[in-house]
Amino acid sequence: MGISLETNQVTKVYGEGDTAITAVDQASFEVHDGEFVAVVGPSGSGKTTMLAMLATLLTPTTGSIEIDGQDLGKMKSKKRTKFRRQNIGFTFQANNLVPFLTALENVELMLRLNKAFDKNGRQRAKDLLDRLGLSQRLNNLPNQLSGGEQQRVAIARAMVHEPSLVLADEPTASLDTQRAFQVVETFANLIHEQKRAGIMVTHDLRMVTYVDKLISMVDGRIEQITDDRTVIDGMANTIHYPTSSNGEGADSPGEIVNGEPENIDYEYAK
Amino acid sequence: MSFYLSFKEIWRNRGRYLLFSLVIALITTLVLFIAALAGGLSKANRELIDNIEADLLVYQEEADLLISASRLDNSTLTDLRRIEGVADAGGMGFSSATVVYPAPEGEIDVSLIGTEPGRPGNPQILSGGPLIRDRANEVVLDGPLADKLGVEPGDQITIQTVQGTEKELYNLSVVGLSGSNQYFFQPAIFVPIQTWDDIKPQESTARRSSRVIFNIAALQLYDPESYTSMIPAIERGIEGVQAVDKQTAILALPGYTAQQSTLNTQQAFTLLIGMLVLGGFFQIQTIQKIAQIGMLKAIGTSNGTVAGMTILQIITISIFGVALGVIGTLLIAMGMPPEVPAEFNSTAILGAVAALLVIGPIGGLVSIRIALKVEPLRAIGL
Repeated sequence: MGISLETNQVTKVYGEGDTAITAVDQASFEVHDGEFVAVVGPSGSGKTTMLAMLATLLTPTTGSIEIDGQDLGKMKSKKRTKFRRQNIGFTFQANNLVPFLTALENVELMLRLNKAFDKNGRQRAKDLLDRLGLSQRLNNLPNQLSGGEQQRVAIARAMVHEPSLVLADEPTASLDTQRAFQVVETFANLIHEQKRAGIMVTHDLRMVTYVDKLISMVDGRIEQITDDRTVIDGMANTIHYPTSSNGEGADSPGEIVNGEPENIDYEYAK
Repeated sequence: MSFYLSFKEIWRNRGRYLLFSLVIALITTLVLFIAALAGGLSKANRELIDNIEADLLVYQEEADLLISASRLDNSTLTDLRRIEGVADAGGMGFSSATVVYPAPEGEIDVSLIGTEPGRPGNPQILSGGPLIRDRANEVVLDGPLADKLGVEPGDQITIQTVQGTEKELYNLSVVGLSGSNQYFFQPAIFVPIQTWDDIKPQESTARRSSRVIFNIAALQLYDPESYTSMIPAIERGIEGVQAVDKQTAILALPGYTAQQSTLNTQQAFTLLIGMLVLGGFFQIQTIQKIAQIGMLKAIGTSNGTVAGMTILQIITISIFGVALGVIGTLLIAMGMPPEVPAEFNSTAILGAVAALLVIGPIGGLVSIRIALKVEPLRAIGL
């Protein structure tokens, strides 16, 4: 398995002098092809800043990030934009889709942006949407799709141009439990099948049941990196207090209960 | 890429964009009508002067280029003809009268113009013949006036002027028709200068001099291009006169400059309002799309594509709206009563259309700036 992503002592400091805030502090990790990784942590843990740096939207203050062997820090702004559209797939918490394009067109958009739209591309886009259970929704506009469907269209868009790294920012934030599990499961399957490096940033620990590696951040530092199944599943089975959709709120773990995540009494958890 | 996104967006929101095109169409109609009105009023004021076949017009110096205040006598005319470079000079008299017969639509006020037959100042004849020196009771009519009266060369008309306190009637026989020749918003009728002197309105019937007094003189030069050098030559050669080209004479017509500048100001303000409305609309559009633009940038859309998308939409909507407006204006113009002095000429329309097409992109600059400044970090809420 090749290494798709490698970060080395990545640090991001906002501001200067007395008011400087270290959002990410010396983070080092790697992600292989076909590996699905979750970055978890409470609000203010630096996971979104980390995501922004991986997505080439921010540059680290110190340290380096390499994607496919290319050092992001050495790229100029225009080069980074181009790198982003060619080598990275991205899904967001909200406002994922272009409102005036159909589901299929939204997926194809990524190919058009890369000037790589052709018959094969269209077929690949259709296959992906089919794989995500959206074959009946190809010509629907985003406002005719449910939140889960929109999130799945975004996943198809993030993968259609065969990027080496796929990033997902809080993919389940606006979904109910059942849909959230469905979306993350399909996402994980696609990452494994297509041999992409997948990173999901989430504060919903129930979702880590599908990941191969867990990176948990606290106060900008990586507290734990593990690919131990028992540890990951243990985390996933913790009861969590759901947070509001804007990401604010408690993430503190409660007591551990046995059984499948589906069995959690959502009403009770509320 | 910009094309794809901008046209998809317009198509999927065609109702909203069509509505906005209609706003632009209405602004276009307004701008074109003001232009047409300016053209029509200007024509009604200046047409006669425009049509005089002369290179220079000569006024009495003290008259300050006011035709009705200017007085030239026959000896000045003779002197003018003697100046080297002057081919010919014709005296002209300006006054007004009322055509009382025939009067199918009521009496019509006209400009009564006296000219010297065979000399500069006479109108171009389109049908019939010109005025002849010895035939005192002949008249040449403005073509549209003749149509309105229903007369042709050979017919008689009766005009009325005020002599002292009495209304006097004069019978004239129509000898020829000119093209449209309006002066001071009235169609012109041309009579020999001697006749003009006899029948023009006077304050009293008693004071009648045998010497004809002209208002101005129309000059033809051997070399029309030489008029700039001829002006000082004329003004040096003859005491108490002022010579100007026709353009200067037109600008000095009473009310002409004031009227045109009023209309031009209105037109400029309409264009300015159009620019602000367009700019405002696209600015609101862009602000509403900030989240979407942030997302597009986050997935790797270049700034060029984002800016191109905005500008292409502005251009498309402007072109569509202006085209609608031009078509609408032409349709309205076809159904407009002839009394409205709107004159559509292609130069004015093209100028207004060009201005309308330019204001859209200028108004859109703010939107493009907003779109360019959107941070892709917005997409992940940072």
